[in-house]
Amino acid sequence: MPFGNTHNQLKLKFTSIQEYPDLSKHNNHMAKVLTPELYERLRTKMTASGFTLDDVIQTGVDNPGHPFIMTVGCVAGDEETYIVFKDLLDPVIQDRHGGYKPTDKHKTDLNAANLKGGDDLDPNYVLSSRVRTGRSIRGYCLPPHCSRGERRAVEKLSVEALGSLTGDLKGKYYALKNMTDAEQQQLIDDHFLFDKPVSPLLLASGMARDWPDARGIWHNDNKTFLVWVNEEDHLRVISMQKGGNMREVFTRFCTGLTKIESLFKDRGHAFMWNEHLGYILTCPSNLGTGLRAGVHVKLPNLSKHAKFGEVLKRLRLQKRGTGGVDTAAVGGVFDISNADRLGFSEVQLVQMVVDGIKLLIEMEKKLEKGQCIEDMIPAQK
Amino acid sequence: MPFGNTHNNFKLNYTVDQEFPDLSKHNNHMAKALTKDIYAKLRDKQTPSGYTLDDVIQTGVDNPGHPFIMTVGCVAGDEESYDVFKDLLDPVISDRHGGYKPTDKHKTDLNFENLKGGDDLDPNYVLSSRVRTGRSIKGFTLPPHNSRGERRAIEKLSVEALTSLDGEFKGKYYPLKSMTDAEQEQLIADHFLFDKPVSPLLTCAGMARDWPDGRGIWHNDNKTFLVWVNEEDHLRVISMQKGGNMREVFRRFCVGLQKIEEIFKKHNHGFMWNEHLGYILTCPSNLGTGLRGGVHVKLAKLSTHPKFEEILKRLRLQKRGTGGVDTASVGGVFDISNADRLGSSEVEQVQLVVDGVKLMVEMEKKLEKGEAIDSMIPAQK
Repeated sequence: MPFGNTHNQLKLKFTSIQEYPDLSKHNNHMAKVLTPELYERLRTKMTASGFTLDDVIQTGVDNPGHPFIMTVGCVAGDEETYIVFKDLLDPVIQDRHGGYKPTDKHKTDLNAANLKGGDDLDPNYVLSSRVRTGRSIRGYCLPPHCSRGERRAVEKLSVEALGSLTGDLKGKYYALKNMTDAEQQQLIDDHFLFDKPVSPLLLASGMARDWPDARGIWHNDNKTFLVWVNEEDHLRVISMQKGGNMREVFTRFCTGLTKIESLFKDRGHAFMWNEHLGYILTCPSNLGTGLRAGVHVKLPNLSKHAKFGEVLKRLRLQKRGTGGVDTAAVGGVFDISNADRLGFSEVQLVQMVVDGIKLLIEMEKKLEKGQCIEDMIPAQK
Repeated sequence: MPFGNTHNNFKLNYTVDQEFPDLSKHNNHMAKALTKDIYAKLRDKQTPSGYTLDDVIQTGVDNPGHPFIMTVGCVAGDEESYDVFKDLLDPVISDRHGGYKPTDKHKTDLNFENLKGGDDLDPNYVLSSRVRTGRSIKGFTLPPHNSRGERRAIEKLSVEALTSLDGEFKGKYYPLKSMTDAEQEQLIADHFLFDKPVSPLLTCAGMARDWPDGRGIWHNDNKTFLVWVNEEDHLRVISMQKGGNMREVFRRFCVGLQKIEEIFKKHNHGFMWNEHLGYILTCPSNLGTGLRGGVHVKLAKLSTHPKFEEILKRLRLQKRGTGGVDTASVGGVFDISNADRLGSSEVEQVQLVVDGVKLMVEMEKKLEKGEAIDSMIPAQK
């Protein structure tokens, strides 16, 4: 190997059993998959940048489980992680992404014109619409593993690329480390600011190192298109606006993303992507499209209905509180978004959200009138 | 990640300026000492186990400062860290330990008979007495860096050594991961239990990895001698009891420590020690004796006297709240202990505590009677 990884070599003096983590109290995808035999097979390996098996799994060892969600419990440190450690990550991906096989191909479709409808979700119920994804820049290690030099290079490249956007995408970059109090307050009020991660899921994998160095937020003047630099992924790209015009949100999303991608390519840096896993991101749960499209929607009656969970499941949607993952709903307002990431295209996933939300609102209206919704319950998509 | 030396040569593709941390908002010993020149000189080095400069300083980069105390901001990953990175650690040590020079020699004295007095601190004021230190076991890397295999080997060795103790030291080991609820309740009630570190000073250095694997608490049946295994150091050894008989506490401390050391030596794993730095521990602040000898003492009046801080400083003592470091005092009860660790012996440090607390109790009594204490204020020790 080109890079010394002395401590991994040192660990090899201990037997596999001596080093194998105690996963007896664990409930995450990594723990379900990582047998002692698999550990033994992969423990001597490392990626070209020196990411090892123990690096991949540390977050899952340190975080046995989550009360509400089945966590992934492993992360990638670079693009090659998904190849070098495929014996672990393929089954994790399969388990997480509905049986996705190592031989499956993932389809990317960022042509917003292929979306049907989506411009008329009832704004009396749908308070806001949002689409986000992540992108990784080829040639750099990922947030669990990158050095300050790499992170700063990612920031520099991103600021250059974003700084050349024009029209309704014209905007400004706010570096976390020299934000004024006024700027910070404004970004909080706009719900744009991201803070140093506090979740042990992220901290245990090393993503918060050197905070806030080279982290920042870029947004357009209209405040409808926003990019996070160097948080959980190199880039998180977000399109959002009040109301129910998901079509417009998605159109801006696709246009903006495509422009950004070509600006990066002009500078000699493509996004990490391959035809099996789609877009490569830090967390295996975000592979494929990395896309979460959702709305904040008022469903006080439906959310109390006994079949709410089942309806969401069949629509391939998930609920979160309005603070995002790990939060509770407030005032009957839920964050409803696509559950899938991999194995469906962007257009397909946003279509599920658009169609699903339309149906959920009709159900809510029925329940408001005291009518039942049994015959509206959909088949499994 | 700091835990595997997986990336150091890769980082050398970036310049010093690109990799040098932004310490502009930092106030810790590492930030004061680390210049770009030192960074340039040390960045390509590593210890035999693969610990690098970035590993040493990560905690100080991630934690710019502390509101009450000047933190160290760097840790050792193994015994050799103090050699390989001496260009950084020597100035840190000098700054932290009152000007201690790279050529100075440290004296170890664990002969409790050399202590004068100390058996008669007034129990109306001194509620409890305690002496703690740490020990590192030669041949293993330290908590920021060690693997599960190493940590378990340390635990195994420690449990063998401790369970062979008898007489007043006969006791039992409670591994954190298989403790019953009842055992846990009891250990909490006895103030013995240590929990997974929450302080970012520790978590950023990687000391909480794989928690609670390989961690545990041993204590004697009398509950006066206690050993923590694999918390911030390989071993933390604590002697404690209610009341003011510090002499007895120190006797038990010295006798117990020496018994434990003999057993480890028989297994060819002595404690890390050298004549310059004394006992080698994870944090440079604990080098030398690693000893904190202290009491919980009622100083309701003295603590509000304007000269309280000055008196403590001159007596070479420090105050903490009764929850330990980073806590506030409750009901006028303070934790008073020696401020020094390196450059004076165990006996000398405990003598300072014994003499200093005796004086402060006398001052407290005077203040209770409404008398002045100005004539009692000591010279700088």
